[in-house]
Amino acid sequence: MTEILRAAATDLAAAIAAGELSSVEVTRAHLDRIAEVDDRVHAFLHVDTEGALAQAAAVDADRAAGKELGPLAGVPLALKDVLTQRGVPTTAGSKMLEGYLPPYDATVVSRLREAGIVILGKTNMDEFAMGSSTENSAYGPTHNPWDLDRTPGGSGGGSAAALAAFEAPLAIGTDTGGSIRQPAAVTGTVGVKPTYGGVSRYGLIALASSLDQVGPCARNVLDAALLHRVIAGHDPRDSTSAAAAVPDVVGAARHGDVRGMRIGVIRELGGEGYLPAVEQAFHDTVELLSAQGAEVVEVSCPSFDHALSAYYLILPAEASSNLSRFDAMRYGLRVGDDGEHSAEQVMNATRGAGFGAEVKRRIMIGTYALSAGYYDAYYGTAQKVRTLIIRDFDAAFEQVDVLVSPTTPTTAFRLGERVDDPLAMYKYDLCTLPTNLAGNAAGSFPVGLADGLPIGFQVIAPPLADERIYRVGAVLERELRAQWGGPLLDRVPALNGKQEQR
Amino acid sequence: MALSVEDVARLSDLARIDLSPQELEHLAPQLEVILEAVARVSELDTEGVEPTSHPLPLRNVFRPDVVQPSLTNAEALAMAPVAEDERFRVPRILGEEQ
Amino acid sequence: MSETLVDYDTAVAQWDPVMGLEVHVELNTASKMFCGCSTAFGAAPNTNVCPVCLGLPGAMPTVNAKAIESAIRIGLALNCSIAPWCRFARKNYFYPDMPKNYQISQYDEPIAHDGWLDVEVDGETFRIEIERAHMEEDTGKSTHVGGATGRIHGADYSLLDFNRAGVPLIEIVTRPIVGAGERAPQIARAYVAALRDLIKALGVSEARMEQGNLRCDVNVSLRPSPEHELGTRTETKNVNSLRSVEGSVRYEISRQAAVLDDGQAVHQETRMWQESTGITTPGRSKETAEDYRYFPEPDLVPIAPDADWVERLRATLPEPPAQRLRRLQKEWGFTDAELRDVVNAEATGLIEETVAEGCSPAAARKWWLTELARRANEAGTELSELGMRPKAVADIQQLVEAGTINDKLARQVIDGVLAGEGTPAEVVAARGLAVVSDDGALSHAVDAAIGNNPAVADKIRAGRVQAAGALIGDVMKQLGGKADAAKVRELILTKLGPGA
Ligand SMILES: [Mg+2]
Ligand SMILES: [Zn+2]
Repeated sequence: MTEILRAAATDLAAAIAAGELSSVEVTRAHLDRIAEVDDRVHAFLHVDTEGALAQAAAVDADRAAGKELGPLAGVPLALKDVLTQRGVPTTAGSKMLEGYLPPYDATVVSRLREAGIVILGKTNMDEFAMGSSTENSAYGPTHNPWDLDRTPGGSGGGSAAALAAFEAPLAIGTDTGGSIRQPAAVTGTVGVKPTYGGVSRYGLIALASSLDQVGPCARNVLDAALLHRVIAGHDPRDSTSAAAAVPDVVGAARHGDVRGMRIGVIRELGGEGYLPAVEQAFHDTVELLSAQGAEVVEVSCPSFDHALSAYYLILPAEASSNLSRFDAMRYGLRVGDDGEHSAEQVMNATRGAGFGAEVKRRIMIGTYALSAGYYDAYYGTAQKVRTLIIRDFDAAFEQVDVLVSPTTPTTAFRLGERVDDPLAMYKYDLCTLPTNLAGNAAGSFPVGLADGLPIGFQVIAPPLADERIYRVGAVLERELRAQWGGPLLDRVPALNGKQEQR
Repeated sequence: MALSVEDVARLSDLARIDLSPQELEHLAPQLEVILEAVARVSELDTEGVEPTSHPLPLRNVFRPDVVQPSLTNAEALAMAPVAEDERFRVPRILGEEQ
Repeated sequence: MSETLVDYDTAVAQWDPVMGLEVHVELNTASKMFCGCSTAFGAAPNTNVCPVCLGLPGAMPTVNAKAIESAIRIGLALNCSIAPWCRFARKNYFYPDMPKNYQISQYDEPIAHDGWLDVEVDGETFRIEIERAHMEEDTGKSTHVGGATGRIHGADYSLLDFNRAGVPLIEIVTRPIVGAGERAPQIARAYVAALRDLIKALGVSEARMEQGNLRCDVNVSLRPSPEHELGTRTETKNVNSLRSVEGSVRYEISRQAAVLDDGQAVHQETRMWQESTGITTPGRSKETAEDYRYFPEPDLVPIAPDADWVERLRATLPEPPAQRLRRLQKEWGFTDAELRDVVNAEATGLIEETVAEGCSPAAARKWWLTELARRANEAGTELSELGMRPKAVADIQQLVEAGTINDKLARQVIDGVLAGEGTPAEVVAARGLAVVSDDGALSHAVDAAIGNNPAVADKIRAGRVQAAGALIGDVMKQLGGKADAAKVRELILTKLGPGA
């Protein structure tokens, strides 16, 4: 049992393919684990017990029938609740969509199904992915398995916590400004934001269309790469999806090697506001890569100082428009429909009651930034700053193959610590959001602990060169495990089961 | 920039969100702080810089004019707060169409 | 709700009208603008809908290639420049029949811009300058339930059908039309008619106004003289027939003149055309000016039609309207005056089709411009929407030429065809309308007419052949009009004429 829960997805799939384990067994073990610990972690908003077991049984039947199974077939996965799954409650963490059952599957969900991956349920998140701590969920916060009083990061805190709590070996996240990487960093897991357009957004409830990207979350580099390969690739339903072939991320994860690789340390991402232990771990990791044969240089990306400002104009602007569809007319919450109030009044009342404080803040900022008279000064200028950030990246990638930085300025913070200080919360995404503005790929890997809390290391690659992230990640994983004598997650405190707790 | 409670009320009108007087009071200073921070974008010299609205240099992505299956009426209305006569029932609509 | 008006002639004597016309053309693509749902009319409510056109969470638009081609072809036919690079934009406003609460449209980067269309009014050419033609999507349809009239005001609730949501539209916007003077209403109408014919010839839309394939918004303002700056304009919506185009311009000129003559200012507002009463009424006044918060649609990528593609599309354009008119005039042998009447009656296309069915141009012109024009006028509809097909007109003319019916009977045949009784031949058979050509019966009736009108008969005998008309009328009366007049005349002259 414990072996199943701690095993790599790759190993579980191999055991299932070999007939040593059934997918139903593996799935049941995880469902049991969720039942045992999730009342304290609250990684899941919905557990699809029946659907998961049915999917698992179908994989087992396929195996019995002699069908060839994919490299992750039969392995369970936790799906961020921002992706639509036909007939399964999908809320995006909002009261606005309580009880909503989509009539269609997101493209990513279709691909997971085709790969025989078993979807356990939907994970908690900041409402409409707006947040950095999962505290903005309308359904209550998720707790960091490393310290239940702390946040697991956000917006994809549910997916990251599910991995760290051994509730699922794989998870799907979405990353608009760091929502995959930042939770990965503070939960000691692996998370990759693919190149913009690398994974279909069809069926992803949009936050900011030009920044959003779906990506893999896992406990090790190879699992993440395998999951990446399953979900990536062109989708005619997403006009912004890249036509290029999926980079060989699996090959890179299998053959981690940084010899001769030029690695750039971004000068602007560090210093004031960064936890000394985070900076220390970052420098140690850079040394390690250097020792492994990488050539390390410092590069400057001067426009990054303005990335946060540009980001918090572009995101709210797009979000204010994307969230207009939640209007109580065709689906979702409806408030104040008493036969007297007009449609307009019911829209107003529903949006007033159905959106949480952070969503309202961002819709208001976005509405302001797009409104006549302010467009040029705000949204228009932000889009130009975006161009400057892309130029910084382009210039940097002329000198180096990948860029590196801490994933977050600090380790996980306490629940409630920043909820009413939006700006402090926003700054948590300082290191991750420039890549969303530029559209290139980036991942976070665990590189150590500070006071018992995980620290993440960010690797950034040029657009469509996602495999470089995995090359670096695989080296880090191999060398650090050797140092630590095993995965970092071995050190996560045991979440005592209900029985043991008594 | 000073953002008054009235400014926020106007914005909430445009965004179709009912806000209580307390919410307006609470939000106005928060929004002001955020707007002041993001206004830093104007510090950079962006003269002659082309705006980027999209990270990928894609263009001309089209679909052939071919009819694909639609949802059934039951599927379309399944999530409607109220449905009647095969349609979505909504409160009375004020004002003309745009 | 009626307002003070100034007599039209007085109004245009004092004020210089300026117009702007925005026409929405619904394309006839098989699938919608941004999804694969069918655009077919008449489907059961909410059956041509999907996650995309219902605006469900997570759905994303994809662009219909045929709609882009149609937009480019319309642009080229309107002598526009085609943008080498353009984008879709989101127009944000809340309305229950618009699923996403933003319309995917084009803003400052339309696919076609800076063109013109020449229209003929009373034999004169008037050039309408086109500012832009851009692509966008239609909204759903709301039905208002309860209240007294089923109209939007006073309704208890509304029902929404999204089958039309996402149907591709091309919006064609003119520059301010100046210099029209007193002919402004006619010019507006002629422009919309010409645009409709062009769209139809392009084959990109059914272009039927009564079906809402072509919808018009009419902007009108007045100024003291062409030297003055433009006055405050009103925008009249719901203008969905050629008559309404003309009527709404005329009404607004009279209404605004009254406001200005009274020393008041015209309100910049949206008004609604009331088809039944022929007036415009104010729309709901908005407390704040609309702020659409346009920005580039981030779910779609730019459109950059390459020159080859545009040239290939140009090669598919129909003959330009002015050139076509000159060609037809030559083919038909019409005088300038005759052609002008045809154009004014918006019958060019109808006559062309009738001639193609084997009718002579003169006869086709006669039927469409007299009998049929009169009926359209009586019915308060357009000639093209009367329900008479060119083939039927050609058939009727053939029946006349064959002597099966006469002109008078032909009118009854037209009644029958318009009443849906079948083809002209079927109406003739069913109503028993064929002329009496049996010599015995005719001869008998002529004898009786001579007996009834001895004085007239004497005049004819005395050589006043033109008096035969009275006897012909008598014969017709006896036979219920079902006689071949020429034959009757021949019989009368045989019996009473010089040779008798
Ligand atoms: Mg429009
Ligand atoms: Zn559709």
